[in-house]
Amino acid sequence: MDLSFGAEYEKFREEVRAFLAASWSKEDAAVEAPPDERATLGGAVRSDARATEFRKLAIERGYLYRHVPKRYGGGEGKADPIEQAIIAEEFKNAKAPHEMIGQGPSMLVPTLIEHGTEEQKQKFVEGTLLGKIRWCQGYSEPGAGSDLASLRTKGVRDGDDWVIDGHKIWTSDAQHADWMFCLVRTEPDAPKHDGISYILIDMKTPGIDVRPLRQMTGTADFNEVFLEGVRVPVTNTVGKRGQGWQVSRSTLKHERALIGGASINRRVFDGVLMLAMSTTLRGQPAIKDPLIRTRIVELEAKLRASEYHGYRQLTLSVRGEDQGMAGLVSKLYATQLGYDIGKLAMDVMGDRSALGNGEPEAPFGGMLVPAYMWSLGVLIAGGAANIQRNIIAERGLGLPRDAAQRK
Amino acid sequence: MNFGLSQDQVLLRDTIRRFLDEQCPTTRVRQVMESDSGHDAALWSGLVDLGVTGLYVPAEYGGAELELLDLALAAEELGYNATPGPFLGNALAQIALVESGNAELALQWMMQLLDGSRIGTFALGEPDGVWDPVKLTTRAAGDELSGTKALVPYGALADLLIVAAVGDDGPGLWLVEKGAAGLETKDYVGNDLTRRLSLVRLKDTPAVPLGGGVAAIERTRDAGCVLIAADAYGGCRRMLEMATGYAKQREQFGQIIGAFQAVKHQLANLACELEPALSLWWYAAHAFDRAKDEAPHRAAIAKALLTDTYDRFARDTTELHGGIGFTWEFDLHLWFRRAMFDRGFLGDATDHRLRAADLAGW
Repeated sequence: MDLSFGAEYEKFREEVRAFLAASWSKEDAAVEAPPDERATLGGAVRSDARATEFRKLAIERGYLYRHVPKRYGGGEGKADPIEQAIIAEEFKNAKAPHEMIGQGPSMLVPTLIEHGTEEQKQKFVEGTLLGKIRWCQGYSEPGAGSDLASLRTKGVRDGDDWVIDGHKIWTSDAQHADWMFCLVRTEPDAPKHDGISYILIDMKTPGIDVRPLRQMTGTADFNEVFLEGVRVPVTNTVGKRGQGWQVSRSTLKHERALIGGASINRRVFDGVLMLAMSTTLRGQPAIKDPLIRTRIVELEAKLRASEYHGYRQLTLSVRGEDQGMAGLVSKLYATQLGYDIGKLAMDVMGDRSALGNGEPEAPFGGMLVPAYMWSLGVLIAGGAANIQRNIIAERGLGLPRDAAQRK
Repeated sequence: MNFGLSQDQVLLRDTIRRFLDEQCPTTRVRQVMESDSGHDAALWSGLVDLGVTGLYVPAEYGGAELELLDLALAAEELGYNATPGPFLGNALAQIALVESGNAELALQWMMQLLDGSRIGTFALGEPDGVWDPVKLTTRAAGDELSGTKALVPYGALADLLIVAAVGDDGPGLWLVEKGAAGLETKDYVGNDLTRRLSLVRLKDTPAVPLGGGVAAIERTRDAGCVLIAADAYGGCRRMLEMATGYAKQREQFGQIIGAFQAVKHQLANLACELEPALSLWWYAAHAFDRAKDEAPHRAAIAKALLTDTYDRFARDTTELHGGIGFTWEFDLHLWFRRAMFDRGFLGDATDHRLRAADLAGW
């Protein structure tokens, strides 16, 4: 084992640092992203003129979007997870614009690269990578959550258009999005997995109504999207008509990778630790309470386990080996851990867990309360925990598929 | 960045795995556990021939001078097979010899612990749950030790005991030979039937000072925590395999029980706990040699997490097996019982978590 990156990579790191020093000044780094450019679960991302200018330069140097070919506006380079880790680290230290966060770059782009027509790639990819075209995902419906393939939003062919009617829900960023990638039932008589098309919808099309959906946290980070007689050219279909389910599988794969990250848990944990050191519980700092103390250590051990697990996954991918079970468990482990850390935050607050976010008498103004609630949100998003357990049992342990799913 | 096993390490692990597959089926494990000594000299000599007793011994003392990770891989496989015998105590005696910094005595004793002619063990614990070197009550007066050591692996069998005690200059290590005057050993009725634990009493027992101070005792204990974590991981692997295999074969209500979501989810939860836990003990093993300032903390949290996980695996996989899992004839309880050894030896999870919190400065 060798946990250093090695001399060759340290040279690469120097190159990245030199590039950043020359191309992104301290003044550039000091500009805050406007509030509407903050992604729901990620950090702030800038897509103003200066950020775009820099991002183009970084793409040209091959530092960003290496999985995307140059001709579509990507950085096109070897998939070297270590170089990518170094780039991410150095860009973060310099507060320089990295790849755009969101479902467009992370989910739609890989799907278009794999299944899109040349025209679709030319039209959408570069703009998405630069944050000029913003996307939302039209998958879930009120009646189609875990059983997504039972979705009922329907598309009827009329000349060269689809006419789409239906109701999508849990649509992050729909209020800011220019386009939506959407799953629509176009073949009502086919078996449920074979009757869906993957369609790109311009959010300015008449008949679309976006309404904010307020969550239990009190804020509205999601939306409902109502579609009524929405006309979309059939050339906006990605992949073959009726093959949308198969096309979408490649996107979900990317979403799981996105949600599995350990860094959000580390941030929340650090907050809980600070709280435990500064809050009085049963007459002493909460961290000195033996029950709290052992639980903090237990959860920090799991947090480290998930971080080292990330090193192991990185090593497997560098070696070109199959991730197998190591890859399948990441999301469930991380979200379960987030759930436990959230609970710990409440226990550290003791009786003051009755006080809400924004209450000055609450420890830290109650700012860990939303994290507590959000730990449930991420447990559900991108395939609920029980669906993850099915996947681990079926693909990882070789147990049979659920009878209901086989239909 | 290379957080994975080398080809040599994979080869080493596979060699031990194959040897134990062939030589140590559970029929043999059961014979050994029902014997008086709980020790199988032929099996032990097979492991010696394989090189298991020399993996983590410096070349100057005749060993292979590999890393603790290599020794821990051996511990994992022994745990997977519920292998009986004095591996753990012998390995800790070797590590204590090295960590004491006493080259002369290490040179004198190491070869015998390496070639199987003698068996060593490490006597740290004391009654009432004491594992902290600064709280020991066993005293050295001149060249004689007096006190009681608890939970000593194969203390009755061992030819050489490395005993942690307190002398005029504070805590340190002493060598005691089997048969020394005033040395009394007695095997406990232990839960783990595959590994013996003994109560050791010393009364004005002649001992040779090895030195090393608190640091040598702590380093040896930290290495022990890593080896226990690896053993626990191996046991978890085995129990998950058994339960998954059983779920694929047992039929009820006209289908294999592994098709029921309740069973699938229970197994998936176990698999999900186990994968990242592997990386935690790998890291702890790595840190023991390569990041010594981090090593005590990582060893403590790895011991705590892996033994807790083992405990959960033991209970959940027994439940998943239904009635058969509760029988003496079925092998599952061999690991259930090993989990009880692992959680207790060197101090339980709570001890190590409280210690880790102190080490982190919290």
